[in-house]
Amino acid sequence: MPLTIGVPKEIAPGEKRVATVPEVVEKLIKLGFAVRVETGAGDAANVADDVFRAAGAEVVDNATALWSSSDIIFKVRGPTAEEVNLLRPGSTLVSFIWPAQNPELLQQLAARQVTVLAMDSVPRISRAQKLDALSSMANIAGYRAVIEAAHHFGRFFTGQITAAGKVPPAKVFVIGAGVAGLAAIGAASGLGAIVRANDTRPEVGDQVKSMGGEFVTVDYQEEGSGVGGYAKVMSEGFQKAQREVFAKQAKEVDIIITTALIPGKPAPRLITSEMVQSMKPGSVIVDMAAEQGGNCELTEPGTVTVKHGVTIIGYADLPSRLAKQSSTLYATNLLRLTEELCKNKDGAIDVNMDDEVIRGTTVIKEGTITWPPPAPKLSAAPPAAPAAAAKPPVAAKSHGHGKGGSPMSGPAMATLFAAAAVVFWFIGANAPAAFLGHFTVFVLACFVGYMVVWNVTPALHTPLMSVTNAISSIIAIGALVQIAPPVDPGVSRPDEWIRWLAIGGIVLATINMFGGFAVTQRMLAMFRK
Amino acid sequence: MSESLATVSYLGATILFILCLGGLSNQETARRGNLYGVIGMTIAVLATVLGPHVGTSGYAWLIGAMVVGASIGLYAARTVQMTQMPELVALMHSMVGFAAMLVGFANYIDPVASAHMSGAEKAIHEVEIYVGILIGAVTFSGSVIAFGKLSGKISGNPLLLPARHWINLAGLLVVIYFGREFLRAGSVGEGMTPLIVMTVIALLFGIHMVMAIGGADMPVVVSMLNSYSGWAAAATGFMLSNDLLIVTGALVGSSGAILSYIMCAAMNRHFISVIAGGFGTGGGTPAAAGAAQPAGEVVAISAPDTAELLREAKNVIIVPGYGMAVAQAQHTVYEITRLLREKGVNVRFGIHPVAGRMPGHMNVLLAEAKVPYDIVQEMDELNDDFPQTDVAMVIGANDIVNPGAQDDPTSPIAGMPVLEVWKAKTSIVMKRSMASGYAGVDNPLFYKENNRMLFGDAKKMLDEVLVALKA
Repeated sequence: MPLTIGVPKEIAPGEKRVATVPEVVEKLIKLGFAVRVETGAGDAANVADDVFRAAGAEVVDNATALWSSSDIIFKVRGPTAEEVNLLRPGSTLVSFIWPAQNPELLQQLAARQVTVLAMDSVPRISRAQKLDALSSMANIAGYRAVIEAAHHFGRFFTGQITAAGKVPPAKVFVIGAGVAGLAAIGAASGLGAIVRANDTRPEVGDQVKSMGGEFVTVDYQEEGSGVGGYAKVMSEGFQKAQREVFAKQAKEVDIIITTALIPGKPAPRLITSEMVQSMKPGSVIVDMAAEQGGNCELTEPGTVTVKHGVTIIGYADLPSRLAKQSSTLYATNLLRLTEELCKNKDGAIDVNMDDEVIRGTTVIKEGTITWPPPAPKLSAAPPAAPAAAAKPPVAAKSHGHGKGGSPMSGPAMATLFAAAAVVFWFIGANAPAAFLGHFTVFVLACFVGYMVVWNVTPALHTPLMSVTNAISSIIAIGALVQIAPPVDPGVSRPDEWIRWLAIGGIVLATINMFGGFAVTQRMLAMFRK
Repeated sequence: MSESLATVSYLGATILFILCLGGLSNQETARRGNLYGVIGMTIAVLATVLGPHVGTSGYAWLIGAMVVGASIGLYAARTVQMTQMPELVALMHSMVGFAAMLVGFANYIDPVASAHMSGAEKAIHEVEIYVGILIGAVTFSGSVIAFGKLSGKISGNPLLLPARHWINLAGLLVVIYFGREFLRAGSVGEGMTPLIVMTVIALLFGIHMVMAIGGADMPVVVSMLNSYSGWAAAATGFMLSNDLLIVTGALVGSSGAILSYIMCAAMNRHFISVIAGGFGTGGGTPAAAGAAQPAGEVVAISAPDTAELLREAKNVIIVPGYGMAVAQAQHTVYEITRLLREKGVNVRFGIHPVAGRMPGHMNVLLAEAKVPYDIVQEMDELNDDFPQTDVAMVIGANDIVNPGAQDDPTSPIAGMPVLEVWKAKTSIVMKRSMASGYAGVDNPLFYKENNRMLFGDAKKMLDEVLVALKA
């Protein structure tokens, strides 16, 4: 008996999103589930009931019937008290819950003996990224924040030089370079604005640059990364330095977008009334932290106000204002979660508390509150990972004198010198003068080779090998001098043997000589700009 | 030609050889460098043939031998496929080794060579013969096996005999013992037995040494054999008291040694451990494969989607590996590159030092396919650019793009420098299957969220990408 997934219409005022879309319905049915959607659930997100029907979902007229007949409820917003009472005991609810902010809701749900998975509690580990609804919503919100700002801003974003005069580009300052902030940076720079951004976590500077923004640092030494890649509360000294930076930026920029949030804490007050006053008339502030109290002192959550000639946007429903997009992404996040819950694709779910992702997401398991979860084993980015130990080892003990790379340690150097001294002394004490001459030449040649070869560009290593190969066929000389040397009369010499050995040597060496140079020439001719 | 004139000619040849190697420091001067080498060699050979050590009676023989050798060499150089370069180079090393052996034997049985020697001088001369033949034999048999492995005639897996280090040690002791016997021998006939026994052991040692080394360590082996062939020439030079041979041998020897060192550093391994053979000495079984199974899922991608990604990218880095050489895909890669560059996409190639089967292998293949060399860059040159790269395309490479080398200290390849393709916005890995790379290590890259897998034969898939790009 496959489980039924029910998707009710969102009843929160102004909420336009819906927790599933037709493309996802098809995939949920493939996983073995039956899907029921309340009539009109997708209207605000431009998805008609008929489209849901065509995708295989059953459209139910009555909300009460839907809630009571579903084993699993997919929702966007957390349920109201009435909705909690509609939940069938033993069923499963998946939606945003914000357990830290809504302890009563958690109690009510627990009393209802249900299992609840909170999409806001997905652990921040790499494997869970595909079901991280907070990120996908924040991405949309960041984009929408720029669009809202552009709507209220009286000028172009991009600079232009027109016949009617020069238009300077808009300057945008983004505070907080999380997912939303980065999306805002990308959207604003895409529109042609000059974008600057600030974040307490210095490591996001590269990400800001990659999105086309300029990273503005606060000149104060303090590490701002908290657990799980989120920001933390900063010291008073840092905050003072930060306010100075913001005050300076406020005077210069046209648009400020604030996204600064600290988990479980009210939003930090970053933009003071004086800073707003110092901004140019017609400037816009988008306070994306409005719901948590706002980063700007003058923000009125949920509405747009004009203070000191500056438009302050405090919408708390930015994702909902892009309902189709956010519904699609949220529905896909839910689909990924369902896949995690239903590994066998048999239309049944298994809330496996040993799975780190599911453990973190589950806030109530069969009536027992399991929130907060134990600390995640791995944070998304290990804080200041020790620089990868990629240093090459001390020179390998290769034959000859091909040692190089980083300078040797003192004792190793001394040992080497001592060994060399012993060898040289031994040779000097025993070998005849003629040998020493050759030995000198040999050692010096090794050093010359060492110096010359280090300069060879790595791209030419193959030609280097084939040309050294060709050169080493100089050994032919050894064979040449043996083929018919001037012989003192009276010395008996096994001419036949030597001749054939030498001829063999000459043939082999000349194959190498001609082959090596020719193939090198062929290769080098291919290298072109 | 007098003795002095010959010596001066040799000096000229020596200088030309040094200039030849120096010329390879960049692509512009490389062709001139090769020319210096040719001139140097011509001078050396002419000076020898016309010099005091070669009688006119030998001319017919040596010209005949050189014509035969030259025609074989030129024929081979003309017909060899660029993908077969490693095999050719290995085969050529074996010839130097074999020639060194032959010259050594000829010199030993030639009474003229040691006619005026006695005492320490004679002993040193005999040690030189002994060592020269030893190095020559090891180079010869080792290179032949390397050739077999590179051309696929012998399995690329390391052959690990039990107690193989003891076998090698025993071989060394026997060689030293027979070396003593050889020095004590009163006549050529008496000395021949120890000399032949040593040669056989040296040949077996060469075979054993290279058999124990696996496919991906081949760049080290090929450059090491290159080095050996140089030392063989140098030893022959000592034997014949010929400074030109000594210098040239030393140049080649140190060149090969440096290449071996660079290759070892690129794999973060010790030279000794490569030569001792067998990755992780785990009997050739995948080392620690199951220990750190990366979690996550692998996302496949189709050729048309790949084309779409490439078309929309601004910065593309292509990372080729041995798989590209095997599939002969370099020409298709070039076609794709050309098409993308015409569209204004910045395409570059990232080459890992040990990509392929010999140092610089990938560069030669790309050059053959007419890829301009200024967009073919070294790992260190572009590794920092991956965060700004839209698409990183990995063609037939695995271990050299394994993030485990940086993140996982327990990985067998931990610490090996790798190309950081996972930092690109999207990475696409072309591969025939999910099989692990040579090192037997699972590759966490495949499970990264921004990674896509394009399964199939590299050539076939790239052709499809090309068709989709043109459409």
